[in-house]
Amino acid sequence: MANSSEKLRGADIFVRALKDEGVTHLFGYPGGAVLHIYDALYKQSAVEHILVRHEQGATHAADGYARATGRPGVVLVTSGPGMTNAVTGIATAYMDSIPLVVFSGQVPTHLIGNDAFQEVDAVGISRPCVKHNFLVKDVRDLATTIKKAFLIAMSGRPGPVLVDIPKDVTADMCEYEYPQHVEMRSYHPVIKGDSEQIKRAIKLLLSAKKPMVYTGGGVILGNASQELTTFTRSLGYPITNTLMGLGAYPATDKQFIGMLGMHGTYEANMAMHHCDVLIAIGARFDDRVTGDLEKFCPYAKIIHIDIDPASISKNVPVDVAIVGDVKNVLSEINQQLGAQTGSIDQAAIKQWWQQIREWQSMNCLRFDRKSDKIKPQFVIETLYELTGGDAYITSDVGQHQMWAAQFYKFDKPRRWINSGGLGTMGFGMPAALGVKVAFPEATVACITGEASLVMCIQELSTCLQYDLPIKIINLNNRYMGMVRQWQEFFYDKRYSHSYMEAIPDFVKLSESFGHTGMRIERAVDVKEALQQALAKKDKLVLMDFITDQTENVYPMIAAGKGQHEMHLSPERELA
Amino acid sequence: MRHIISLLVENEAGALSRVAGLFSARAYNIESLTVAPTNDSSMSRMTIVTSGSDNIIEQITKQVDKLVDVIRVVDLSELKHVERELLLIKVMADSKLRAGIEQIIASFNARLIDDSDNICTIELTDTGEKLEKFIQSFDKNNIIEVVRSGVTGIALGKNILQV
Repeated sequence: MANSSEKLRGADIFVRALKDEGVTHLFGYPGGAVLHIYDALYKQSAVEHILVRHEQGATHAADGYARATGRPGVVLVTSGPGMTNAVTGIATAYMDSIPLVVFSGQVPTHLIGNDAFQEVDAVGISRPCVKHNFLVKDVRDLATTIKKAFLIAMSGRPGPVLVDIPKDVTADMCEYEYPQHVEMRSYHPVIKGDSEQIKRAIKLLLSAKKPMVYTGGGVILGNASQELTTFTRSLGYPITNTLMGLGAYPATDKQFIGMLGMHGTYEANMAMHHCDVLIAIGARFDDRVTGDLEKFCPYAKIIHIDIDPASISKNVPVDVAIVGDVKNVLSEINQQLGAQTGSIDQAAIKQWWQQIREWQSMNCLRFDRKSDKIKPQFVIETLYELTGGDAYITSDVGQHQMWAAQFYKFDKPRRWINSGGLGTMGFGMPAALGVKVAFPEATVACITGEASLVMCIQELSTCLQYDLPIKIINLNNRYMGMVRQWQEFFYDKRYSHSYMEAIPDFVKLSESFGHTGMRIERAVDVKEALQQALAKKDKLVLMDFITDQTENVYPMIAAGKGQHEMHLSPERELA
Repeated sequence: MRHIISLLVENEAGALSRVAGLFSARAYNIESLTVAPTNDSSMSRMTIVTSGSDNIIEQITKQVDKLVDVIRVVDLSELKHVERELLLIKVMADSKLRAGIEQIIASFNARLIDDSDNICTIELTDTGEKLEKFIQSFDKNNIIEVVRSGVTGIALGKNILQV
């Protein structure tokens, strides 16, 4: 701890506060307004700064770091364009409730509002996409504000917090003391669930004949996978995860019936539609999950556990609402459930499982395995086998993201890292970089497509500078695949601007950044190529898989349709 | 349904824009919004008149409560309460009109606060509904200017909005 009589410059206070908060990595890019801070960073070694090539990359890298570790991702950018470039990454984190603390430089206080060089209203611009933000006007408030920022980002429903720091504040001096604890009378997240509601939930759960467990990203954010697994196994009920919730329950377990939603499995969506008791845990009934709300779970009584009261009954009215931390609430449910599971109607549950097994026999994720063209699903399946399901997988946004979610079976939480809410193309590669910073020894692969990848391609330089040998699986179909798929289905095959004619040579591109590149054009070469790439532990390998251009993601629930109104692949179209 | 939502917020720069921004970002209806410091200068009190279905009103109170600067939220419409709004109005007041104006002022318990240049400036504090009726009592062509404060309100008896 600092000596309380010691006077420090704001920039040194900033660095000391990060150190005292336990921050070890900072993703950033310098500029005029943060030069004092960069000078202070130069003189210390406790906080390692990762220099990105674009501020969007910094936020995505910090975001990947946060998702993989459970610790806050920390970002430092300069004022004006530095801050605006970070906005996409901040909004990405906000939509998925990821704890980030983003520090932006600001013009000196006496110039604020003066249209000064590189001035932008950072607090105003970020307001709708942060959990909270601050403008620090006095160096004496700096340490406390940093403490508050980390507290708000990490507690309750997590989210990004922006702290805007004018340049003069980083030059001013004051005594430094990092507060151990801060109180905010207006901020008290609810942790413990109401015990009466918990009792009602248990009663309802035990009365179910066709139960369903539906869990989301909240279980992962709340580190409640163990509690969820105990809960689900003790009941013996089927479970589905949302896109954000994959890995919270082991995907290889027999009670897991796949992801639900627009591109979820047939069995998961049918079970949702027909269930009589639904328990939603840390999930928010997103439109990509529910489809048409009028047709959503028409027969079910619904229990909802969420830390955010505003998530409850927002889209779907629920019968039993439990506001609280999922880990805390599930522990209490598990304790109370222990003795009572004897009252479950096992005959009804058995019949329910029979029905589900029947739906599973549709084999909804089947694809053509005889084609000599590379099927993207096959690449992911092979990657899964070769990594033993234990790699950190990031993705961009589009078809490849859905295939990754369907074909890589995540048995552990925090292994699947993707932009689910905002759907940010360009997220995957910088996010992988951030994960690799946190876990240098782990296998980290970014599953992407040629359109997403180029959106933050500059971060290949960051990977070289900090020796971050991630593996990039580029499923290159020469289309914005998901856009093309919608145009095929809903716009009579008018492929408006979804085809890119001038695609770079990704092998040369990777080499020009100092990395390795591979091009794979035949299905028979997929496995060996992946083996070779994974064996190159110390090299970033960009693998350019030339895939079947016309492959579509199935099953699919068209926007506005009900969960039971799925399209299966042409080979298995429902009557 | 029309609701009156009362908030206590930290008296900090930006608190107003956080609340107002939330309403526009989530497409909530806003009829009026008033804000001023309370007897505790670290807090401001905000009164918002809005309308929507029960679901929407529930979402509004939850979303507003989620804002870090918001200390307390209450839907006054659910409690015994009183609402008041201030109206200032300027009307033409030549010799022909004067008698009528005086009569309207008397019947609404309004107050004449200025009479110059053949223009009467009148003040009335009452419910929004009463204010409407008062304005309608004048011939439209004789009304020169109208300014209303927006609604404020307070719960009666033991119900107190405090930290």
